[in-house]
Amino acid sequence: MTEAAKGSRAAGIPGLVRGLAATARTLARPTHTSEYPDAPPSLPPRSRGVIALLAENCTSCMLCARECPDWCIYIDSHKETVPATTPGGRDRQRNVLDRFAIDFSLCMYCGICVEVCPFDALFWSPEFEYAELDIRELLHERDRLGQWMATVPPPPALDERSADPAEVSALGKPARAPRAPRQAAAEEGQA
Amino acid sequence: MSPAVEVLVRTVAVLAAFLVLPLLVGQTEHKVMAHMQGRLGPMYAGGFHGWAQLVADGVKFAQKEDVTPAAADRPVFRLAPAVGLVPYLVALAAVPLSPGLVGADAPASAVLVLAATAVGILGTLMAGWASANKYSLLGAMRAAAQLLSYELPLVLAVASVCLAAGSLSLTAIAGAWSPWWLLWQLPGAFVFLVAAVAELQRPPFDMPVADSELVFGAYTEYTGLRFAFFLLAEYAGIVLMSLLFAVLYLGGWKGPLSGDLGWLWTLLKGFVVSVLVIWMRVAWPRLREDQLQRLAWLGLVPLALLQLALTGVWVVATA
Repeated sequence: MTEAAKGSRAAGIPGLVRGLAATARTLARPTHTSEYPDAPPSLPPRSRGVIALLAENCTSCMLCARECPDWCIYIDSHKETVPATTPGGRDRQRNVLDRFAIDFSLCMYCGICVEVCPFDALFWSPEFEYAELDIRELLHERDRLGQWMATVPPPPALDERSADPAEVSALGKPARAPRAPRQAAAEEGQA
Repeated sequence: MSPAVEVLVRTVAVLAAFLVLPLLVGQTEHKVMAHMQGRLGPMYAGGFHGWAQLVADGVKFAQKEDVTPAAADRPVFRLAPAVGLVPYLVALAAVPLSPGLVGADAPASAVLVLAATAVGILGTLMAGWASANKYSLLGAMRAAAQLLSYELPLVLAVASVCLAAGSLSLTAIAGAWSPWWLLWQLPGAFVFLVAAVAELQRPPFDMPVADSELVFGAYTEYTGLRFAFFLLAEYAGIVLMSLLFAVLYLGGWKGPLSGDLGWLWTLLKGFVVSVLVIWMRVAWPRLREDQLQRLAWLGLVPLALLQLALTGVWVVATA
């Protein structure tokens, strides 16, 4: 018989006792089960449950739809003309969002759309209970996406000793001097 | 009470115990195993901590389709669960809970119980052969080999107790029991417990149903109520062996305040033994087929013979 086999045979009875002790210890301790439907789960911060839309911020720029790896974002928009606010001014055009939909049967939760949005119109929400019996029902339109905005948590606090956010540091800077009116500048040039 | 009515009452009582006690053990296994693994186990069925889980399982099994494979030996295949289940019912009837509380008080009930439990394995063999499935057959062959190996130490261990008590009747054995037996018959008790767990094909001796090798051994092709009967037979076997251990080695109904409540002592001791059987399942890995045979022939049989010799010498010396 080899040394290893001898060793394992010597370890037989203590090993069995250790097995009994380990299970008995676990029996005496509280369980790890989280009773999910009865008790809400404790999700980690920045959980990616669903993508919420703040439609007011959306400019229909299409960046999210174009960056989406599996093209699960559908955006329709049209242009409206905003009449000039000052006499002699120029009419402006702006995009008006007609449809914003995300197909969560295609979405792979990469979060690129949230990252790429330049106007903070898309947010991660930890909400995850939106299963459907039919896969086609997972295509959610802007009103449903907007409802999830209520579940979006506030952004996490900054790390200790990190730089102030841009909004705060801007407050400390001296206010810009108002630009001289254009007509006066022209007169100065003539003078 | 006329004899016919008495027979009826006794039969119904044994049948009720046969249907209720295995469910109790099964539910205990659900909960104890779960907590030993850091889980909760069933929590919904019945409302309070899933107490009705096994009832719900029974209803589910009854609703399932009863499939008989096309290539199976139909009569044998359909009869096998009954052959596996009924012997335990017969054996349970002969186990006394207290001197007055026994289904059928046979004069040689120790022999009757051992003989009846040995028939149960025939159901597994029939199931494995009739399933027309090589895994089932392998499982059945393993079960048969296991039974052959462990029946011997089991019988030798019981023989030692019978010798010590001078009787083959379980009632008389428990009557002759004294606390000193706990030490005197300790090797025999160890042999009996190990051999009983092996005969029930419970982990760590569950090679015949090793799911990773043989799917579910002889029971692979079974569905619905017939499968449930095999499961019931397993748990009835645990109940039977635990009660037998309590009667043979732990003094059965003997204990404080055991006037009219002796049967409670037997049940309590049997329950503790079945918890031990469950505990072994959770704590220990499955043995290999050759390790199983080595343990039986090189470990248990010599130990049982030694116990038999020790008992014989002591009985002769003190007689």
